[in-house]
Amino acid sequence: MLVYVIRRSVQAMFVLLVMSLLVFIGVYAIGNPVDILINPQADQLEREHAIAALGLDRPMWAQYAAFLSGALHGDLGRSFVHSTSALRLILERMPATLELALAAMLIAVVLGIPLGLWAGLKPNSVAGRSIMAGSILGFSLPTFWVGLMLIMVFSVMLGWLPSNGRGPTTELLGVPVSFLSVEGWRHLIMPATNLALFKLALLIRLTRAGTREALTQDYVRFARAKGLTNLRVIGVHVLRNILIPIVTVIGLEFGSVIAFAIVTETVFAWPGMGKLLIDSINLLDRPVIVAYLLVIVTLFIFINLVVDVLYSALDPRVRLAEA
Amino acid sequence: MAQVDAPLRRTLSDFASDPAAVVGLFLLAVILVAAIAAPLISPQNPYDLAQLDIMNSRLPPGSRSPAGETFWLGTDDQGRDMLSAIFYGLRISLTVGVASTAVALALGLALGLAAAYIGGRTETVIMRIADIQLSFPAILIALILLAVLGQGTLKIIIALVTVQWAYYARTVRSAALVEKRREYVEAARGLALPPSRIVFRHILPNCLPPVIVVATVQVAAAIALEATLSFLGLGLPITEPSLGLLIANGYQYLLSGKYWISFFPGVALLLAIVSINLVGDRLRDALNPHLAR
Repeated sequence: MLVYVIRRSVQAMFVLLVMSLLVFIGVYAIGNPVDILINPQADQLEREHAIAALGLDRPMWAQYAAFLSGALHGDLGRSFVHSTSALRLILERMPATLELALAAMLIAVVLGIPLGLWAGLKPNSVAGRSIMAGSILGFSLPTFWVGLMLIMVFSVMLGWLPSNGRGPTTELLGVPVSFLSVEGWRHLIMPATNLALFKLALLIRLTRAGTREALTQDYVRFARAKGLTNLRVIGVHVLRNILIPIVTVIGLEFGSVIAFAIVTETVFAWPGMGKLLIDSINLLDRPVIVAYLLVIVTLFIFINLVVDVLYSALDPRVRLAEA
Repeated sequence: MAQVDAPLRRTLSDFASDPAAVVGLFLLAVILVAAIAAPLISPQNPYDLAQLDIMNSRLPPGSRSPAGETFWLGTDDQGRDMLSAIFYGLRISLTVGVASTAVALALGLALGLAAAYIGGRTETVIMRIADIQLSFPAILIALILLAVLGQGTLKIIIALVTVQWAYYARTVRSAALVEKRREYVEAARGLALPPSRIVFRHILPNCLPPVIVVATVQVAAAIALEATLSFLGLGLPITEPSLGLLIANGYQYLLSGKYWISFFPGVALLLAIVSINLVGDRLRDALNPHLAR
């Protein structure tokens, strides 16, 4: 187990190195680094100072080494617009994104698993068919447009919910969060639902397929033959067995929820990392873009690593196959 | 001969037995006709400034202009008829979706077949790149590329191709690995046919069914992704407004209750994606010999 974790960590470090090289090539080699890293409003003297300070007159490999050592020391450049460290700017916005993503995942799990179970137990009933039709719709609906329509119905027409922002935040262990106040919930519920929609459809399909397969297995027949109640057969025998793949998918999809939050945050003006990225792209605040890319890539590699390790802990066959 | 065309006929009759798929196919046909014939059926050319009148801006659906035209779906902030704008937008969205899928398909097929047939280090390198890429969400990769490359029609197609090729490479490789060990390939090798002929004339045709299914669903995904990127302001330029850009354009008027500028392009986008998904879903079942009929 320990060997597996170490080997996966080394692999993760390698991917991170490759990604940093790609980002470096993209920003420093393809684009003109002078345009990208130096404030366009700077005059000639400032430009020359900056070029020398950034080492842009040095050979490419030396520049990459400098970039890498800067990144390792947590120095990913300064934002043109906000005049603070790009990395700190992103880390400040991270809790908002994580809160939104967690709320969305919670909605998807709390609704998706029971609905999928229902559709799997009664695949030919009206309810079962409607749930499946709904999940196809959930896959097809463009997230950003659903967000707009939610705003149209609940904010403009009914006036029940605020259309943008995070509302007042409460400090929890020094981190500002929305979910501790009623007003915060009113701001959170609509973007979270919007972000949850796609994952909800996915979880419904996954749970339904798993349930249908489990129902034909011998252990379910045996449990029924023992005379167990329907509730116990489904709640203990079926649910437990379909939960392993579902837990894996939830873990893997968490990263994609964070990525898709870029869209939802833009629609609802949610002050997270994703909105920061889009704003930075529009304002050509390139140090923030580079910092975002490195942070999100690190986050992804970390999530993938955790899921892989958890999976091998849940299912010993994976470890045997790797060894 | 009857036996030769039986699989195709069975596929077709299978397909027709599902009402949802037939509705999807019909809808898709209507959308395709609307997109292709947009210049002929649109009430106005929405990008000919001479035909636009700023006095007609932001009219609700069903209003009439002083000149006597009826705007069935309302007008946008520049007095553009939304119905015409949607026909033209569909055209651009579908073109970008289909073009990027076609290029990605060609690239993915070539790399996937190469990986399966050559094997060894070539296979390891190609499939590792695909693995790493697939562990990141498509939207993130496309955003990164557009942030680095800048905007433009060609650049968004590059981004969509980059996002998609790995799906085809993976699908065709797994199919080709199975086909490679079949006797007919051995027979072709025994005849000393050149490898390119074996790969393209013998192996490739037998790998196509699963790839066709993936490609159908991917066209829908590409259209949705392009719309999302255009909505975020990173997709197509304003001179080529796809459905996503039309929706983005209506965003600012949504809060004042002028819903139609965003609503109707979204419905068009939704119908296009749903119809493609319905057809693709059924195609998967129809082409899958393992499913009981």
